[in-house]
Amino acid sequence: MNKKSEEKQNAGKLLLEEINQPKKRRIWGVISVPLLAIVTGVIIGAILIAATSNNVYEAFDESFLNGIGTSFSEIFIAYRSMFTGSIGDPVRIVNAFSSGDAREIRSALNPILESLVQATPYIFAGLAVALGFRAGLFNIGVEGQLFIGAACATYVGYAVKGLPGIIHMPLAFLAGGLGGALWGFIPGFLKATTGGHEVINTIMMNYIAFRLTEWLLSGPMTRPGSGGMPISPIIEESAQIPQFFQTPIRFHLGFFIALGFAWLVWWLLFKTKWGLNLRTVGTNPRAAKYAGLSVVKNTMIGMALSGGLAGLAGAVQILALNHSMALGLSSGYGFDSIALALIGNNHPLGVVLSSILFGTLRNGATRMMVIARIPIDIVDVIQAIILMLVAAPAIIRTLYRLREPKQEETTVFVSGWGGGQ
Amino acid sequence: MSTSTQAIKHKRIYEVSPTRKMVMGIIEILIGLFIFLVFVRTISGDITTRYVMTPGGIDIGVAGDWVLPTRLTLIILGGVTLLIGAFQLIKGFGRATNAMVGLTGMFLIFGFLTWQAGGTSLNLAGMLSSAVLLSVPITLGAFSGVLSERAGVVNIAIEGMMLMGSMVGALIGSITDSAWLGLIGAIVSAVLLALIHALLSIKYRINQVISGTVINIFSAGMTAFISQKFLQANQALNSPPIFPRIPLPGLAHIPVLGPILFNTNLFVYIMFILLIIIQVALFSTRWGLRLRSVGEHPKAADTLGIDVIKTRYMAVILSGIVAGIGGAFFTLGSVGRFDEGMTAGKGFIGLAAMIFGNWTPIGSLGAGFLFGFADAIGSKLSLLGSAIPAQIMGMAAYLITMIVLAGFIGKGHTPAADGEPYVKE
Repeated sequence: MNKKSEEKQNAGKLLLEEINQPKKRRIWGVISVPLLAIVTGVIIGAILIAATSNNVYEAFDESFLNGIGTSFSEIFIAYRSMFTGSIGDPVRIVNAFSSGDAREIRSALNPILESLVQATPYIFAGLAVALGFRAGLFNIGVEGQLFIGAACATYVGYAVKGLPGIIHMPLAFLAGGLGGALWGFIPGFLKATTGGHEVINTIMMNYIAFRLTEWLLSGPMTRPGSGGMPISPIIEESAQIPQFFQTPIRFHLGFFIALGFAWLVWWLLFKTKWGLNLRTVGTNPRAAKYAGLSVVKNTMIGMALSGGLAGLAGAVQILALNHSMALGLSSGYGFDSIALALIGNNHPLGVVLSSILFGTLRNGATRMMVIARIPIDIVDVIQAIILMLVAAPAIIRTLYRLREPKQEETTVFVSGWGGGQ
Repeated sequence: MSTSTQAIKHKRIYEVSPTRKMVMGIIEILIGLFIFLVFVRTISGDITTRYVMTPGGIDIGVAGDWVLPTRLTLIILGGVTLLIGAFQLIKGFGRATNAMVGLTGMFLIFGFLTWQAGGTSLNLAGMLSSAVLLSVPITLGAFSGVLSERAGVVNIAIEGMMLMGSMVGALIGSITDSAWLGLIGAIVSAVLLALIHALLSIKYRINQVISGTVINIFSAGMTAFISQKFLQANQALNSPPIFPRIPLPGLAHIPVLGPILFNTNLFVYIMFILLIIIQVALFSTRWGLRLRSVGEHPKAADTLGIDVIKTRYMAVILSGIVAGIGGAFFTLGSVGRFDEGMTAGKGFIGLAAMIFGNWTPIGSLGAGFLFGFADAIGSKLSLLGSAIPAQIMGMAAYLITMIVLAGFIGKGHTPAADGEPYVKE
């Protein structure tokens, strides 16, 4: 009797352990690799900064200690400017709060708000790639889908006149989504019906999108009187996504729309039958086929939705910030978004977090470029390294002596060129 | 047992399915009809097209101009295309199906040119000459792909390797004032990236497409970083010497062909030499057989004592060497200056050329020429004052790539273990 109750107690304990401990470990297991990858990426970025600085070499000529010191001060200057550019100057923020001047507080907080502004297109683009990955599709075409989405949003934004903002803005926004969806659907359709690999096709669609928008902006969609410059007319005020504060602060509603879409994607993927189908096709197409799911249909839907999200990324930039379209619209969101999705473990919440991180990085890098004269492209290098380390966790594990995790369910990408069977 | 399966497999590869036979036939007939309905109908009978058959700035191997009656030429082109299509529908060309589709595609392009240049003149030889040059990076990219994919490693990092190669080539070429050292630098940098790709995809077994993407992002960022930090700040670092045009003795005097193929850039000759080397090495040596067996059935190869891992490393490194040469072409072979993102997707188009070329060097070369020609048309036609905007013409190469992928993927000989990491048991 006693023994039995003890067993019962033990069982309860065991159960509790079962529930509690693995979860804790699981969260650490999920977070540890991206976190350490980011740390490593930042360290390698620091080495790159020091290694390409003239001052450092001059200091090394004087003495070794001097060289080390200068390296650290160069890295410190660079990363400090990155920090103040992306989060804000702590001293200034504290002073602003103690002065109680609302305007001063706003402008002291502007760097962090600007980081969120930068993160907004990343969220859409990252969600696009993550959704694609969940469906077993590798969408490298985000950049092109973004351009087409932006072009569609711009067109609806300036060509449709006289609508109230409550209708016009969502209309232009969704037009962007539709344009991107079409641009994503084409490679999806080609993959589903002919087996043409989406990696090559989406890249080709990127280049076609660049040419197409260049032609549109210098031809049919050009701004009257621009003298052949590839730039579109300015969109109607009713189509603009509102910004919350006066001009130097660009923080806008789009950020919250992006969060809403992240929630929507999460709900679709994990709470609906349809999302389950999509994920099943992504993780195990063969099993999905035997279960009676249509791989062809899901591939097309997956690519179209992924492209649609990418199109929204372009639309939000036009409607909230630029208000007209020019060719320098994107600073490589397409490739960045792959890193975003992978670092965020292809989960919408992860994508939002990694987008905010990347938005912060890029925002800070802009200031770093001004202050420390370090080309903004260093962010790409850091991102590539983070991506590599996230994709190959074994490197991180050997570097930091982490334990090997248990085998988890992972998305299987189509690795070869498709077709075949 | 084993011989009989092999025989069956061989037969399967060369067989063309009935639907494919029909689709290709219909495509060819549509092309023929297009030539008649769009080109022939809109041109009057007395117009002629003058083709200049000597590229500009060449004084050996000069040939006279060709003057063609525009309408008659178009009728002949359309007629032959229709005949090919009809034969394809009724009987089929078997193994030559792809080649015949390619031929009708050429007819379409030639017809288009003749139609566009009706009443004026067009330097056809100049266009072909620039097409050959434009095809160099695409073809080298395709060769690079053939080498690694035949061993079972998908390599979409070719674009990044080329970009890095072009930047390092320009940098080292400028510093040393030697195009040769620049070429070597380009090769070394591409090989280093290839090593990373090999390490990630063979040792760490991460998805090869992602591994390639990592390298592409890294190259794009790194080249832009160094370019802004050094090359743009100091133009002396971005003015490498260019390999001069080398006329081959004797051959350069052949009219038409001489100026296009034998009085041109060093990289064109390298391309042809590599074609022969890779073709022979892959398909006529024991080394090549082993490499291909690793790409087809790594387990079987391993059982026979072939070191799968080592073979794959070697293949990827060779692939890097070829991609490095392709990258060097941009800065040391044609432009003489590094611009950010100057490879503009040529590595990816090279992969499409590899697929179109059935994972063979000779096929890759043919596909490379096709893509190069599509590129050349875009730039030349804008000079002719065509009604079609330059940007739309610039899409041609990318559109053709997509059509090719849609039409030809999976029908050819994809290495069976392409993209699959090998785990030794």
